[in-house]
Amino acid sequence: MTVQELPGAGASHRSTPPPAWRPRTDAAPLLPDAEPYRVLGTEAADRLDPALMRRCYAELVRGRRYNAQATALTKQGRLAVYPSTVGQEACEIAAAMVLEEQDWLFPSYRDTLAAVARGLDPVQALTLLRGDWHTGYDPREHRIAPLSTPLATQLPHAVGLAHAARLRGDDVVALAMVGDGGTSEGDFHEALNFAAVWQAPVVFLVQNNGFAISVPLAKQTAAPTLAHKGVGYGMPGRLVDGNDVAAMHEVLSEAVRRARSGGGPTLIEAVTYRMEAHTNADDATRYRGDAEVEAWKAHDPIDLLERELTARGILDEAGIKAARDEAEAMAASLRDGMNADPVVDPMDLFAHVYAEQTDRLREQAAMLRAELEAEDQA
Amino acid sequence: MTTVAAKSAKTGAKPATMAQALTRAMRDAMAEDPTVHVMGEDVGTLGGVFRITDGLAKEFGEDRCTDTPLAEAGILGTAVGMAMYGLRPVVEMQFDAFAYPAFEQLISHVAKMRNRTRGAMPLPITIRVPYGGGIGGVEHHCDSSEAYYVATPGLTVVTPATVEDAYGLLRASIASDDPVVFLEPKRLYWSKADWSPEAPAAVPGIGKALVRRTGTSATLITYGPSLPVCLEAAEAAREEGWDLEVVDLRSLVPFDEETVVQSVRRTGRAVVVHEAGGFGGPGAEIAARVTERCFHHLEAPVLRVTGFDIPYPPPMLEKYHLPGVERILDAVARLQWEN
Repeated sequence: MTVQELPGAGASHRSTPPPAWRPRTDAAPLLPDAEPYRVLGTEAADRLDPALMRRCYAELVRGRRYNAQATALTKQGRLAVYPSTVGQEACEIAAAMVLEEQDWLFPSYRDTLAAVARGLDPVQALTLLRGDWHTGYDPREHRIAPLSTPLATQLPHAVGLAHAARLRGDDVVALAMVGDGGTSEGDFHEALNFAAVWQAPVVFLVQNNGFAISVPLAKQTAAPTLAHKGVGYGMPGRLVDGNDVAAMHEVLSEAVRRARSGGGPTLIEAVTYRMEAHTNADDATRYRGDAEVEAWKAHDPIDLLERELTARGILDEAGIKAARDEAEAMAASLRDGMNADPVVDPMDLFAHVYAEQTDRLREQAAMLRAELEAEDQA
Repeated sequence: MTTVAAKSAKTGAKPATMAQALTRAMRDAMAEDPTVHVMGEDVGTLGGVFRITDGLAKEFGEDRCTDTPLAEAGILGTAVGMAMYGLRPVVEMQFDAFAYPAFEQLISHVAKMRNRTRGAMPLPITIRVPYGGGIGGVEHHCDSSEAYYVATPGLTVVTPATVEDAYGLLRASIASDDPVVFLEPKRLYWSKADWSPEAPAAVPGIGKALVRRTGTSATLITYGPSLPVCLEAAEAAREEGWDLEVVDLRSLVPFDEETVVQSVRRTGRAVVVHEAGGFGGPGAEIAARVTERCFHHLEAPVLRVTGFDIPYPPPMLEKYHLPGVERILDAVARLQWEN
């Protein structure tokens, strides 16, 4: 029933509501599917591109090995901390794979794997977590924004960058990554709203991994799904199985295509699971049981793809071995890179605060230099 | 007076307001540099609630002077992304207290990006904030929020007190490769001076304080909205036999310690004056530095005349809160004149 059809609405004592009362867009096409979109294990898998899927498989195996190596490095004291993406590799690698050279990735602190999958040197990607500096790479060189620790704050950056590129007539899409907890932040709301109002070429990828450290999604939101949140901003929300790399690649590619062709932003909720604790410093047994974790093991992103591809003859033993060998080589190189002690220069503390150092900082730098010289002489 | 009139005739200077000088600064920057973009709430069609962006959308189009959604974190957050892509955003925060939602973006990203990326990605963003009281504004419209900004490394914090500085310092802020918080004393928006946009006077850039009035008895150290109050106090002090020097800081970060120290070493007495609260306000740091650097030249402790340490009062009470001529003269009187 529209407003005009309401009983009594046409009565002469009451004027017709102004046009602003009517919806600006049709909400129905913006709504997500009832179930997360899947490809693997469904009829849609008949259309899989074998070459692309073999690449996805190699990337997934590499990603899993990267996670294992990074966690091992925390145990050896080579990394201060590592937030694992074991179980979430399909989201991480698909996000990197769908972007073109000129596009930008806006990762959160958990998304070093996406940055590595985009081509960033793993040692540079882990600089923040090793602790020798904050951002270990030039964001403009790789078109990867600094890993953002304050949740969702990188989302408006993605919107602004994509908007700027469009104003300049450049073909650039920004893909911004955030977790389920991050969707509660004000910056999530503001970024989505700006993106939709400006029709900025942005893709928002929410990895719903079930937990914000210890807090489950039920305590985070009462929305039907996180993908539904897109409707409120006037952008489509897509719900995807985040452990199904074929589905992730397809949905992300569509959203990137849509953004690139001037169709505006898309919100994607990838339903996945954080198989490990929040970081190596967290104890997940305090807030979730083994049964839940075990249930998700049956839905492992690598196993799902491996089963599908071997059953279809797209992947064989030799292919599996090649992927694993490649992953081992990456891990060995990461180990070597991280085993070299980073060289830190205390005077760097003052080097990049302002373009031109202030008197105040010059004075403090001189004090530190004198302390260091005294230490050397002692 | 004769000299000023003669100079005006020569340069075509005529009375202009600080508001007009600010508008002109953005207009000239936008005309010279296509990467300069103005954005904020009501800055387009309306020209801003104080009309500081008047005419910019008309002249440069709405893509260059943009009415954004009403969300300060979103405004500054998207400006960060625009600067990452090579633009030079000039952001308007509608009022001092409305800038607070953007603080996380300001502190965690704007101020730190150069440092986080080892200098690879500085953010040339100018954040214009109308600040201070004295306009009869209701609550949340009159804060002096400078202490929050000066306590954040990576930010440059500038505040003009004269018409020509409004133009010169805003141009310098927009040209800066570092983020600048540009605090506009809103009660001086309609202050006037002879000024010509065609031949703007060359004023010193960011980081240089100016002695606005020379004197020998004591130094008043101030900035922004309190400068005219201090100059008035200095005139009134002549009746008491005091010849006061007045230093206008112009930029709080970087702080021009040398100009301040030279003045106080000359006069031997100092009072810091600002609207912001005293505890943890800029005056606390300035008084400490003056004491450290001028100890053997001082005839009396460095005093401060500041706003009270209270939430900004309602309009009918603000006159009791704001540092005025009498309170400044009372402080000067306490500078231990008789041994």
